Amino acid sequence: MASIARLLLLVLLSTALTVSSGSGYGYTINGRVKIPQGLGTAGLVLPGKMSNIKVILNGGQIVSYLRPDGYFSFQNIPAGTHLIEVAAIGYFFSPVRVDVSARNPGKVQAALTENRRGLSELVLEPLRDEKYYEIREPFSIMNVVKSPMGLMVGFMLVVVFLMPKLVENMDPEEMRRAQEEMRNQGVPSLASLLPGGGRN
Amino acid sequence: MAIRSFFIPFLLFVLCFCSSLSPVLSLYEDQVGLMDWHQQYIGKVKQAVFSTQKTGRRRVIVSTEENVIASLDLRHGEIFWRHLLGSNDVINGIDIGLGKYVITLSSGGSILRSWNLPDGQMVWESFLQGPKHSKSLLLVPTNLKIEKDNVIVVFSNGRLHAVSCIDGEVLWKKDFEAESFEAQQVIQPSGSDLIYVVGFSASSQFKMYQINARNGELLKHESATFSSGFLREVSLVSSEMVVALDSTGSILLAISFQNGEISFQETPISNLVEDSSGPAVIIPLSVPGIFVIKTNSVTIFIKVIGKGKFEVVEKTNHETAVSNALPISEGQQAFALVQHAGSEIHLAVKLAHDWDDNLLKESIKMDQQRGIPHKVFINNYIRTDRSHGFRLLIVMEDHSLLLLQQGAVVWSREDGLASIIDVTASELPLERDGVSVAKVEHNLFEWLKGHMLKLKGTLMLASPKDVAAIQSMRIKSSEKSKMTRDHNGFRKLLIVLTRAGKLFALHTGDGRVVWSHLLHKSEACQSPIGLNLYQWQVPHHHALDENPSVLVISRCGPSSDAPGVLSFVDTYTGKELNSLSLIHAVVQVIPLPYTDSTEQRLHLLVDSDKHAHLYPKTSEALSIFKHEFSNIYWYSVEDHNGIIKGHALKCMCIGEVVDEFCFDTRDLWSVVFPSESEKIIATVPRKLNEVVHTQAKVIADQDVMYKYISRNILFVATVAPKCSGGIGSVTPEESWLVAYLIDTVTGRILHRVTHHGARGPVHAVFSENWVVYHYFNLRAHRYEMSVIEIYDQSRADNKDVWKLVFGKHNLTSPISLFSRPEVITKSQSYFFTHSVKAIAVTSTAKGITSEQLLIGTIGDQVLALDKRFLDPRRSVNPTQAEKEEGIIPLTDSLPIIPQSYITHALRVEGLRGIITVPAKLESTTLVFAHGVDLFFTQLAPSRTYDSLTEDFSYALLLITIVALVAAIIVTWRLSERKELQDKWR
Repeated sequence: MASIARLLLLVLLSTALTVSSGSGYGYTINGRVKIPQGLGTAGLVLPGKMSNIKVILNGGQIVSYLRPDGYFSFQNIPAGTHLIEVAAIGYFFSPVRVDVSARNPGKVQAALTENRRGLSELVLEPLRDEKYYEIREPFSIMNVVKSPMGLMVGFMLVVVFLMPKLVENMDPEEMRRAQEEMRNQGVPSLASLLPGGGRN
Repeated sequence: MAIRSFFIPFLLFVLCFCSSLSPVLSLYEDQVGLMDWHQQYIGKVKQAVFSTQKTGRRRVIVSTEENVIASLDLRHGEIFWRHLLGSNDVINGIDIGLGKYVITLSSGGSILRSWNLPDGQMVWESFLQGPKHSKSLLLVPTNLKIEKDNVIVVFSNGRLHAVSCIDGEVLWKKDFEAESFEAQQVIQPSGSDLIYVVGFSASSQFKMYQINARNGELLKHESATFSSGFLREVSLVSSEMVVALDSTGSILLAISFQNGEISFQETPISNLVEDSSGPAVIIPLSVPGIFVIKTNSVTIFIKVIGKGKFEVVEKTNHETAVSNALPISEGQQAFALVQHAGSEIHLAVKLAHDWDDNLLKESIKMDQQRGIPHKVFINNYIRTDRSHGFRLLIVMEDHSLLLLQQGAVVWSREDGLASIIDVTASELPLERDGVSVAKVEHNLFEWLKGHMLKLKGTLMLASPKDVAAIQSMRIKSSEKSKMTRDHNGFRKLLIVLTRAGKLFALHTGDGRVVWSHLLHKSEACQSPIGLNLYQWQVPHHHALDENPSVLVISRCGPSSDAPGVLSFVDTYTGKELNSLSLIHAVVQVIPLPYTDSTEQRLHLLVDSDKHAHLYPKTSEALSIFKHEFSNIYWYSVEDHNGIIKGHALKCMCIGEVVDEFCFDTRDLWSVVFPSESEKIIATVPRKLNEVVHTQAKVIADQDVMYKYISRNILFVATVAPKCSGGIGSVTPEESWLVAYLIDTVTGRILHRVTHHGARGPVHAVFSENWVVYHYFNLRAHRYEMSVIEIYDQSRADNKDVWKLVFGKHNLTSPISLFSRPEVITKSQSYFFTHSVKAIAVTSTAKGITSEQLLIGTIGDQVLALDKRFLDPRRSVNPTQAEKEEGIIPLTDSLPIIPQSYITHALRVEGLRGIITVPAKLESTTLVFAHGVDLFFTQLAPSRTYDSLTEDFSYALLLITIVALVAAIIVTWRLSERKELQDKWR
């Protein structure tokens, strides 16, 4: 936590420079990863430790770690369009395309590939935090009622208490007729209703 | 049967329904560790530095061959922190600076980093550049200061740097003009401000530079020529003398550079050792006054007496490892020796100037399966009686790491498991009568307490402590770690082969090592290199009394045409049943779909002369094989020259020795890719043991499509040859990716598609009738995943009911690959956010359950993605019928739902492979991901529709039943009373 607080402080002071021409071999990409406070702390997942955040260039060509202030740098990068990914447990970072141009060194062109948003300076922030676990819903009576068992009980209650009411409202004449009809047909056995039960 | 055929579609329907409600399968936090386990490793230790200050915890910092730097607890061997550097960023050296920073030099000496010792946070990073590549040497002197700044001295890329320990700033640098100067040692005599750099120039010149450590000024430069040249390695015997060998390896040279004067002293080895034979090599060490040479298998310890005089102090045939010297008190330096002798290892700690006296001499029993000691590191501590005690950290042949102290192994780590090369699964033994033990709860109080806790858990009243208690109770009470087969097939053994040539059996329940076996070394083959694992014998029908066994293919040397070695290992016990040293090489292994009467699988081994050899070498196997002789086809990929060839068997081998298990082969077809425009980067076949439930696929409006299911399809991806560099090195116009589906029996190209502006790396997975591949789209500058599904058109006209009735369908006609298949393909592409390290697909016992892709992302997590997201028939506005079928509306990118990471909040550091094994229960599949870490879990891609879930509330079921019974009784009474009242009326 302390490092994040320190980081925030540094946000105010810093002006991130991004691409500068290196000493003859290629270019240097400098940038920083910034994790705003508030993100990640609310969830169940503890935010990934700053020291375990990796910054990856071009799908594993170069892997870099962060300094305590969140800065990282890649050296000896040829001119061209590159991809930077940030791997941090607990956060979702969009990959960033970075154009390193040979014609005007120092010119920065960076854009998030997920939403095509351009970045004026190479400060990478998580798009959202990631929660890997479902959150248990608090116990509520509705959940019990909605569960299969609850439905069973509910159905039973309906049959026990409402059905007699319905029967009561029926015409006694009609009732007797229906009963007689049933007697004539015979009561269907449960066994014959089940599929396959008829075989034996 | 009738019920079943009704039941399965019904089940499928229910299943689709369930899964369409919630496509995410996810985990509650308190379920972690219930089904899954995670193990962290570091790999074979290259270098170790101890940090045993009085304050703070005792640690050892290690760098490994897996490119990990880690801080381990010296008391228990646990990992405090660990970093895996990139694969191009190989660690050259590590040390501790100022007692609080870990300094690492990597990337061929061009990156110097400093890490905070307690928590592993990187403190600074410094890039050192130089004019040329050279050996990289790291030196962290303890007492060299420039203006209160501690200095790190680095020789790399032909340049000497002095770097500040505090902030990584380069204080000064010094180039060496000599074109071919190769530094061998950087020496800083303690107490002086001088740095000596010694090394060779050309092949016969020895050079010495004396440099002022404060400003990098060159004080002295001397060189001397020795006519017969040098071998490259040197051993430092004092701060003013190194020992080297001449280029023939038969003359020892003591090179002293005292006061800047170089002088040579020659001593032929034969003068020291009478029966020496063959050239010697120097083992690079830094023990004052002593050096070690090795001729053939004899290790010779030589002491330096006076100026250039040598004396042999010991000769041994045993495998020996020697540590560097450790200063223990004023002017005294100790070093450790570890010798392997049978089932024991002998340890000795000696003072550097006194060979005959041992500070410590112990013998420790050592597991034979650990092999010989490879490396030893020494550390000391002061006992309460002011004497010196020693700790030894030993790296064994199987890459395991052990800490020895006071004649016992304090802890050991199985770090061989960080480098798994192949995995297969094996069943556990059946449960015999009398083996099972009825579980009895300890007592009523415990039982009540447990249930109270569980109740608290369900009512959300549990504190974090309670949650932990519930979790440990659940893990304990489950039967998942028993050593017998279970009804659902969740308990299995994972047999893994590591790079060290060791087999481990891991229990799927808790990941413990059940047995381990180091591959047998024979006279003919001193160091077999394990290559592959195959299931040799899987008894299930005929030979139930036999134990299952695996076949390990290894090679006897680094070159691909070195002779092979076959080992057969019993998977219940880990015993090696048999070991065959072959006379031929093993280039390709083809497990055939035939087994003999003892359920041994027939294997065809193709050697470098394109002869095929049949194993097992029994007459029964031969007769089965002869019967199928003309039906055996295979292919080979020569990716360096872009050719894929198909092969078949021709006849028995023609040679002077009659071998009826050897066969000549012939080439059937070949596909040649034009080398100027296409380069093979990925070939993926279908999994051999995959089960497909049905060929038909019912789609919307009651239509049927027939999947084209053939085991003999190969997915091949080629890219433009320019794309071999990094992502930034090529423009979209000059880059393309071509995907092929090739029939491997006839060589026919079934489908070909070109992605313009795309490039590799390509990761692909092939299952049933579809292939999914991942690549980089340069135009959009995003990763993409494409799916190709292939359907059989020749069966499409079977939809007519009348044809079926009159038997005019061709459903029963045999499928031959020689008839021209009428296939259609459907494909679509989607964006995917992350880089990918591996892709796999879930596999289940009967293939009914819907599939999920398991994607190992660049962040070393494994994401489960439903195959339905990669359906080529997804459209922007699916019709009502299509929606019912489960087609998801089209989106341009694939969703990443955090809850569907099967590794949840864990990382499988250095992920390399994902293996899925079907459980016996149809809904469930077992997933094993390996890299530097191991991770195992169970997955139910369509939820556990055939069993109750872990969190099924039995209590609620019981309560409901009780309530129902009570209600019945109550209503019965009520009705009785009512009836009575009616009768009274």
